Amino acid sequence: MPLYHTEDQAMLAETVTGFIGDEGAIKTQLRRLRDAADPAGYDPALWRQFAELGLTGICIPEADGGLGLGHVEAGIVLREIGRNLTPSPFLSTAVIGATALGAASDDVKGRYLPGIIAGETVLALALDEGAKHRPERIALKAERAGNGFRLTGRKDFVVHGATADALIVAARTSGADSDADGITLFAVPRDAAGIGHNAVRLVDSAMASHVTFEGVEVDGGAVIGDVDGGRALLEKVLAAGRIGTAAELTGVGSGAFALTTDYLKTRKQFGKLIGEFQALQHRAAHLYSELEIADAAVIKAQQLLDAGSAKADVMVSVAKAKAGLAANLAVREGVQMHGGVGMTDEFDIGLYMKRDRALAEFLGDAAYHADRVATLSGY
Amino acid sequence: MSELEAFRAEIRAWLDANCPPEMRAPVQDEDDICWGGRHVVFKNEAQKVWLERCVAKGYTVPDWPCAYGGAGMSPAQAKIWREELARIGARLPLSSFGIWMLGPALLKFGTEEQKVHYLTQIARGEIRWCQGYSEPGSGSDLVSLQTFGEDRGDHWVVNGQKIWTSYADKADWIFCLVRTDKANKYQGISFLLFDMTTPGVTTKPIKLISGASPFCETFFDNVVVPKSQIVGALNRGWDVAKYLLGHEREMISGAGGGDRLNAIGAVVQRHGGIDNPVLRAELALFDVDALAYAAMGEKFLDEVKVGKAHPAQPNMMKYVGTELNKRRHELLMAAGGSTALEWDSAETRGGAAPRNWLRTKANSIEGGTSEVMLNVIAKRILDLPGG
Repeated sequence: MPLYHTEDQAMLAETVTGFIGDEGAIKTQLRRLRDAADPAGYDPALWRQFAELGLTGICIPEADGGLGLGHVEAGIVLREIGRNLTPSPFLSTAVIGATALGAASDDVKGRYLPGIIAGETVLALALDEGAKHRPERIALKAERAGNGFRLTGRKDFVVHGATADALIVAARTSGADSDADGITLFAVPRDAAGIGHNAVRLVDSAMASHVTFEGVEVDGGAVIGDVDGGRALLEKVLAAGRIGTAAELTGVGSGAFALTTDYLKTRKQFGKLIGEFQALQHRAAHLYSELEIADAAVIKAQQLLDAGSAKADVMVSVAKAKAGLAANLAVREGVQMHGGVGMTDEFDIGLYMKRDRALAEFLGDAAYHADRVATLSGY
Repeated sequence: MSELEAFRAEIRAWLDANCPPEMRAPVQDEDDICWGGRHVVFKNEAQKVWLERCVAKGYTVPDWPCAYGGAGMSPAQAKIWREELARIGARLPLSSFGIWMLGPALLKFGTEEQKVHYLTQIARGEIRWCQGYSEPGSGSDLVSLQTFGEDRGDHWVVNGQKIWTSYADKADWIFCLVRTDKANKYQGISFLLFDMTTPGVTTKPIKLISGASPFCETFFDNVVVPKSQIVGALNRGWDVAKYLLGHEREMISGAGGGDRLNAIGAVVQRHGGIDNPVLRAELALFDVDALAYAAMGEKFLDEVKVGKAHPAQPNMMKYVGTELNKRRHELLMAAGGSTALEWDSAETRGGAAPRNWLRTKANSIEGGTSEVMLNVIAKRILDLPGG
C-alpha cells in the first residue's frame, strides 16, 4: 500500500477540505462559540451538517448504516478539523465512540448508532482518572447489582462530557487498580442517577467534565464487549483515538505553519521581508521537515491499523508522539515569528497554540508515547 | 492471487534458492560491501555468487529497463523486491555510485548509445565510479568551480583539481563537472565522463578524523577527454549535476533503507542494557524520530515513483536523515561508555564504534551541507523571499 491517498481518499479530502474550510472556519465557529461562552463548546447545527455528508458514520460499518471507512479516512476529516480549529464532537463520537460501539450488543448499538449517523447523538470518553493519561490504572469500580452494575468513582478530562448523550466508561469489574484484566466498558447515559458533572472550560475553549459516579446503576445492556475482558477493546478504542488525535495535530501544525509562512512573506522590518532573513528561513525549513515527517508517521500508522497489522501498536505511539512534537514546534515557532502580534487575541496563531496543548495531552502526551515505544520495543 | 502477490511469491522463492546464507546478515565492515569494478576483490565466495546471480536476473538495478541490464520492475514490484530483501535481512548485491547517482542521470540525459554502453556495465558491476564535483575553493558554492576543459576540436583538455572525491583511488571512471565556458557561471559547465587511467589523472587520499580515507584529492593535468564522453548538452552540465545531486541526497539520506532507519533502543538494551532513565528517555525519543523518519523514507519513495514528491524534497530527506544519523551515533557512543572509546582493539572490531561515529560527522557536510539543504527548502519548497 503506497503511503499516499487513494483516488477515493483524495476525493474525500477535497470534499472535506472545502466543507470544513467553509463551515468550520475559526471566525464562524471557534471564535463565535468562545466569545458567546457557549456551554456545549461546539455547534450542534454543524454536527448535523457533518451527518448530511455521511461523515458522522465514517467509522460505522455499512451494515449498521455508516460509511464503513477506516482510520485513513477519519484522519482526513480530523486533519481539516485541526487546520480550522473547528470545535467538533467528531473525534469523541464518530471515531472513539463508534469504535467502542463496534463491540456492543445490537441493543446498545441500536440505542446510539442511528443518532450518531443522523448527527443527533454525541458520545464522550470517560477514561482518565487524574491529570495525566494513565489507562494502565483504572480504579472506578463497577460492582454487580441485580441484573446490572453499580458504578462508583471519578473520571477526569471527559471532553464534551456534560453535554454528551452518553459516556463510554472504562471501569474496573475485578482485580486491583493496575491489573490489565478486570476492565469492562460501559455506555452510560450522561444524566443517569448518581452522575455528577463539573464542567470546565479548557485553554482551547473546549468543554470537559470532571465526572463523579456515586452508585450509578446501569442495566446489563450497558456493557460493551465482555465483562472483565475489556482491556483489548480499550486498546482498540485508544488506538483509534490516538491516531485520530495525531491526525488532528498534523492539521493544527499545518494550519499554524501556513499562517506563519504567510506572515514571513508579508511582514517587513529593517526594510526587508522578514522571510528574507536566513535565521528565520532555516527555522521555517526545519519546521517544514518535522511536519512532513509527522504526516508520514501518521499515514503509516493509519494504514497499519486499517490493515490490522501487528506493527500498528508501536507506530500509533510513534505517530502520536511525533505529531505532538511537530505541532508543538509549529505553534511555538509560529507565535515567536509573529512577534508581538502573535501574543494578541486578534491573531489566530495563539488559538493554534492553545488547541495544540490540549490535543498533545489528550490520550497521552509525547513523553507517554515515547515511553510506550520503548516498552513495546523491549527496553 | 493478484499479480503483485504472485510476483512476491516468485521473488521470495528466488531469494530462498539464490541468496547465500552469509549474505543474509547486516553489513559489519566496509569490506562487507561489494562495490564491483575492474579490480573487485570479493571478501568471500558467497559475495561473488550473490552478485553473479543478481546480475544474471537484472536484480542489481531492478527498476532499470531490461535493455540496460535491469529487471524492468514497476515501482510496485521494486518495492516488493526491497521488502523481500529486508524480510530476510539480505545485503545489497552491489553498492555503486553508478547505480545511485550516475545511472539515473544517464537514464534522463544520456544518448541511447551511452545508455547501452555505460548502464549495462554499471548493472554488471564492471565499472566503479567516482564523482568529481567539489573543488578546494568550491564547496557549498559549487557553481564557482574552476576545473577547465579547453576545446581542442574532437576532445577537451582538462586541467584542475577536485576534492572530496569519494573512493577516487579505487574508482575506474569519474563523472566530473568541468567548466567549458568561463563567461557563463551556471551555463558554462559540462558533465564529462572519463577513465581514471587516462594520462594526467592522479589521486591522493585524504586522512580523516576517523582514521579512514574514503575521500581523495584528484588532480587533472592535461587530461584528454573525447567529445563523445559528455552527458547532456555542452555547457548544460549544471542541469545534469542538479538532477544527480537529488539522487545523491536521497542516497545519503538513507531513504532507500538500511540500518540508518532503525530504532536503536532495543539494540542497546541487548548489548549491556540501559541502566539510566535519562539515557532511556533519549533513546526512546530517538526511536520515535527514527521510526517516523523510516515512514517518511517509505512515503518519499512511493511519491517519487509516481511524481507526487516535490522536486526539492530530497533536500529535506538529506537534511533530516543525516542529522538523525549523527544523533544515532552520539547515543551509541554514550551507551557504549569507555568501551566505545577503544580505537584499535580486536574486541571492538578495530574501534568500529568511534570510527563510525566520527564518519557520521561528514554526513551533514558531504553532498550539500545541512545549512545549504535548509536554504534550498526555504526557497524552493516554502518560496520564502530573497537570495
